[in-house]
Amino acid sequence: MDKEGGAISKKVEDFLQVFKKGEEFTQELLKENEKLRYKVAKLEELTKYSDRDGTFKVHTLEERIKFLEEENKNLSDRYREVEEENKDFANRYVEVEAENNNLANLYVASYQLHSTLDFGESLKIILEIVMNLIGAEEFSIMMLDEKTNELTIVANEGMGNEQRTSIKLGEGTIGKACKSGESYYREGDPTDLAGIDYTHPLVCIPLKIKEHVIGVISIYKLLVQKQAFSNVDYEMFTMLAGHAATALFSSKLYSQSERKLTTIQSFLDLLKEK
Amino acid sequence: MPDYNFLVVEDSPTMRQLISFALKRIPGSKVVEANDGIDALKKLSTQKFDIILTDINMPIMDGLKLVSMVRNDPSHKGIPIIIITTEGADEDRKRGLALGANAYIPKPIQTADLLNVVNQILGGKA
Repeated sequence: MDKEGGAISKKVEDFLQVFKKGEEFTQELLKENEKLRYKVAKLEELTKYSDRDGTFKVHTLEERIKFLEEENKNLSDRYREVEEENKDFANRYVEVEAENNNLANLYVASYQLHSTLDFGESLKIILEIVMNLIGAEEFSIMMLDEKTNELTIVANEGMGNEQRTSIKLGEGTIGKACKSGESYYREGDPTDLAGIDYTHPLVCIPLKIKEHVIGVISIYKLLVQKQAFSNVDYEMFTMLAGHAATALFSSKLYSQSERKLTTIQSFLDLLKEK
Repeated sequence: MPDYNFLVVEDSPTMRQLISFALKRIPGSKVVEANDGIDALKKLSTQKFDIILTDINMPIMDGLKLVSMVRNDPSHKGIPIIIITTEGADEDRKRGLALGANAYIPKPIQTADLLNVVNQILGGKA
């Protein structure tokens, strides 16, 4: 009986031992479970935050791209505007340059016209201007004799023998232009010349002091390289109409007064001798 | 000392003034004027020039004779020469260039064209 009781108590003890171990194991499992739950919670938290951060970054970058695209568009627009302005300035510069050159031509021509009081020199300067600055090959300068109403050639360049040395005021193209005081420009291509007609010039420029005509410049043929008249040529014609007239008129008056002065001086010398 | 010294050979005072006017627009330029070929040779013997600009039809010595003499003179043969003339035909141009001119500009001149040619001869430095 004691033996049996001892065996039972040993079994109880063993069972208790096993139970105790089971309890300890369960406790450990519970602790482990707790730890794992904590880790899971932590990881979930981390994932949650990292998603939010990523979205924020993408959003910021998208905004930055949008801003840069906008800026790029503005800069492109501004670049186009500046380019347009630049083109305008370049065109304006070319225009100003051309105008500057035209003014230089006009300045030089008028400067030379008024640089002398010698009639012959004045004529030579007009010939130079018409040939070198306008590009005429055959042309003449005629002066009006108010007593006879006749225009007579006083200087010419390149003209052949078939020229008429004088024309009546109001006769033909030259005479009419001189009578009316209006410049004449033949219509059509100035280089289209079927033989030179000295009665029908390309251009007639009456030389006028105010409304008083004193002569005329007639152009019959242009230089081979001169294809057409440009704006500055017409400005030069206008300038010549006035300035060449005053230059010729004043130099003629001066030479006449010089001659008169010499005559008077001679008379005075004769009177003194007596 | 000027940067560029130009010799303008022209019998017409109007053209001399006009060409000088154009050349003086190049910064640092000096322009010496001569009435004809002989006058030009005298000036060439006393000064150094970067470019000679000459007309053809001139009294005493014409431009073609001047070009020929400059090209045959060892001390001046390297000076670039521009002919500026009313003779605009092709054969005149060929004759001028064959004698040794570097450029041939027919009158009436355009200032911009003249300055372009001068600039090209100076190697784009003007």
